[in-house]
Amino acid sequence: MDPKQPTPDNSPVLEIRGMTQRFGGLKAVSGFNVSLMPNQLTGLIGPNGAGKTTVFNLSSGFYQPTEGAIFVNGQPTAGLKPHKVTSMGIARTFQNIRLWNDMTVLDNIRVAQHYWLKYGFFSSVFRTRSYKEREAQITKEAEELLDVFDLRQFADETPKNLPYGTQRKLEIARALSTHPKLLMLDEPAAGLNSADVLELIRLIRWIHDNFDVSIWMIEHHMDVVMELCSQIKVIDFGETIAEGTPDEVRTHPAVITAYLGDDTI
Amino acid sequence: MKQYSLNIGMVLSAILVLTAAHLGWIDNYIQIVLMAVGINIIMAASLNLINGNMGEFTCGHAGFMCVGAYVSSLISVYLFGSKFGDPQLPIGAVFIAFPIILLIGGAVAAVSSLLVSVPSFKTRDDYLAIISLAVNYMIISLLENMDTIITFIASKYAKLFNLPDPGNIEIIGGSRGFQGMKDTVWAMIDVFDGPWMLFWVILVAGFTVWIIRRFIGSTYGKGVNAICQDEVAAEIMSVNTNKVKIINFMVAAGLAGCAGGLYAHVYGYVNPQSFGILKSTEAMVMVYLGGMGSLSGAVISAILFTALLEILRSQAIIDFLLSPATFLFPDWEPSAGVVKWVVIPLMLVIVMQFRPEGIMGNRELSDVFPKLKKFYRFK
Amino acid sequence: MDFITFIQNVLNALQWGSFYALIALGYTLVYGVLRLINFAHGDIFMVGAYISFFVAGFFLGPLAGLSPAMTFLVTVPLTMVLTACVGVTLERIAYRPLRRKGAHRLYVVITALMCGLILEYSNLAVLGASRLKFPELIEKQIWNIGGVTLTNLKVMVIFTAIIVFLLLQWVITKTRVGMAMRAISYDKFAIPLMGIPVDNIIVITFILGSGFAGLAGLLFAMSYPVLEPFMGMLIGWKAFIAAVVGGIGDIKGAFVGGFLLGFIEIGVVMVFPSTFRDLFAFTILLLILWIKPTGLFGIPQSTKI
Repeated sequence: MDPKQPTPDNSPVLEIRGMTQRFGGLKAVSGFNVSLMPNQLTGLIGPNGAGKTTVFNLSSGFYQPTEGAIFVNGQPTAGLKPHKVTSMGIARTFQNIRLWNDMTVLDNIRVAQHYWLKYGFFSSVFRTRSYKEREAQITKEAEELLDVFDLRQFADETPKNLPYGTQRKLEIARALSTHPKLLMLDEPAAGLNSADVLELIRLIRWIHDNFDVSIWMIEHHMDVVMELCSQIKVIDFGETIAEGTPDEVRTHPAVITAYLGDDTI
Repeated sequence: MKQYSLNIGMVLSAILVLTAAHLGWIDNYIQIVLMAVGINIIMAASLNLINGNMGEFTCGHAGFMCVGAYVSSLISVYLFGSKFGDPQLPIGAVFIAFPIILLIGGAVAAVSSLLVSVPSFKTRDDYLAIISLAVNYMIISLLENMDTIITFIASKYAKLFNLPDPGNIEIIGGSRGFQGMKDTVWAMIDVFDGPWMLFWVILVAGFTVWIIRRFIGSTYGKGVNAICQDEVAAEIMSVNTNKVKIINFMVAAGLAGCAGGLYAHVYGYVNPQSFGILKSTEAMVMVYLGGMGSLSGAVISAILFTALLEILRSQAIIDFLLSPATFLFPDWEPSAGVVKWVVIPLMLVIVMQFRPEGIMGNRELSDVFPKLKKFYRFK
Repeated sequence: MDFITFIQNVLNALQWGSFYALIALGYTLVYGVLRLINFAHGDIFMVGAYISFFVAGFFLGPLAGLSPAMTFLVTVPLTMVLTACVGVTLERIAYRPLRRKGAHRLYVVITALMCGLILEYSNLAVLGASRLKFPELIEKQIWNIGGVTLTNLKVMVIFTAIIVFLLLQWVITKTRVGMAMRAISYDKFAIPLMGIPVDNIIVITFILGSGFAGLAGLLFAMSYPVLEPFMGMLIGWKAFIAAVVGGIGDIKGAFVGGFLLGFIEIGVVMVFPSTFRDLFAFTILLLILWIKPTGLFGIPQSTKI
């Protein structure tokens, strides 16, 4: 079912070495290093404008880094288009939800498997056997995914009619539909109320337990990050200022001054 | 069986129309109108693929039609006409050759769509609109000057190899137009006397709708919709946006090219100017009148629009519409061909005011009448 | 080719470019504020030429009986005002209701296209296909400077284009109205909340754009004194492409794009047969857009995620 080779447990899913990104004169990210192991839950935090989303954009291939190298499962991603990077096993969600609002929920999930459809235009027109097999398989998988995310009853709805929390959930489901090795969540709790946040924590933990996927998340809700992540990286003005376990980060002096002023967390 | 009834019904009605035309129950004029409807359906449905489903804004669709028309006309005249010497093929081969000629015209048009689809990687919206517009003008202008260019190259070539100067070469005919395609149609009629062009138009129009339905209905084709709704999300969610764009443009332009080939053979005469901005505008109007992204909307509006064009050609109707004005100004004698192009845009402007999303919005006929679903199978 | 011919052609190119620039400025003004391609703009130019024809005819005629020079002085403002009225009328009856209804942007564009057709063909229906001969308002003076011939009209056209450009640049960058125009183009939802009367600003935009299209129509009619209903079509489309090549929404871009197109066209005609003009002009513009998709002065579109 999974198109990608299983990675050995000791090699990182995503490795970034000395990544720097300049926008004109501005250094959005500088000298960023990270190595994400399979089945790990990692956090990326920092004040607003610290360059967190830029790190995600670089990792997903949306930007090409000015310097440094990115490896997905040991393969360099330099010069690859985002869809190619995604097909190598990186999926992400967006800070502002970017679902395809006029397509049904089921189609949202199905289209995310576009990279390994294994059929082309002519098969789709002439409905060849490979087309029929793949479509059936994709639909089955998408329905399973909707089932486990408890979204099946919305399958024929369009996302724009769903409540905000459900849209967030759907976006995570859509990202998982690409069979990622690494799931990057860009502020999944943004705009959720406290009940929804609790559900989100449960959901992320559940995904972590049930899917063979490593999770990397940007989040401003400290309780979410502290609760879920085993490793946290803190950046400010594009520079990494601290990393470690939640407890280490919590008490790190640089984090306290840069991120939270002079108060404690 | 019931689920196929719509398809069977369509085939039966097509056969009925063809039989009626063959037996002379419907006259030539009606046949020409029916063919115009078919060609417009192809144009509207194919442009809908770009402007509706993909959400781009191109306004040079007639340019692709022009390429298809000229390419297929040239091959057709070369093979079956007497303009470039004796016919190359026996007339019996026409039934195999004609669809191939149409397909070649479509294929060349599809390749020419790269002129628009490659820039669309980097840009969209109004900038792409201008690129498509410029391509439309460029194609027309190229065809108008083609003979001059060929003459120029031939004389340079002759000079280089000390051959006698070939003089003015006339192949395409420039702005005077190109004709001779009727020979191919006569070849068909010589074998069997029947309404052949009507048959081909109905066949290709049905084929167009069939292709587009299946393409858009597949997960592969839904990538096109994904690009329309959020291109960034599509790219990051593993849709190869550039490839999908190229394919989508090629399908649309290829179908428009086939429409051009049909147009050339129906009327037996093509002229670069007849594929100008007015033709592109007609296609755009049909798409937006039908509703962006709605295939059944495109078909319905193509039928309505062509019917409207034909109805308003009648001087009697125009005179009736303008009777109050001509009563006040008895000297004024407006011609229907001109007033038509005031009345139609005016009607469209008014329709837009009341229904700013087009006839169908982005829904299909089966969304409006869910019961229809029982009568055809689609998946 | 000798130097004199070259200079002569540069002057011709400047004159052609001025017409393109004047029309392109109107396109870009409306686009800059509304993000609307006002496809009817080329036809407003045509209407301007016809209005000037009738206004000039009236004042030269037995009822008013003014001298040609006086007629010219009256015709200029009157043409601009009347053409502006046509532009504003279109905005009021066709575009604004659609905008209020929140119709898709492209439906407004199609409506504009339809309005252009209505203007062209109603003109054809009412006035017929006969071409109108524009009266000579200014006595033609030909100056000969070292072999290069200059007419007063040519100089006037070029200077008008430059003055209009400077004026619009000043309006956009220095005045409160211009500031409001730029603000609307950034965020049309927040602007009414800031207490800016959006509809009034849009009307002013259309007044400026159409007024100068009328002026261009008048000058065009004086330079090439034959009027026909489709005169605005091709020149309008070309001016629009010029505006895009310059970077639409940018006054400077429209000005430069217009002159660039003028130079390309005259340059092509200098070397090749004149039928090649459109082919080369469109090919060169296409190449520019391939290399710089947002035009020479346009700001690259950036996607934020």
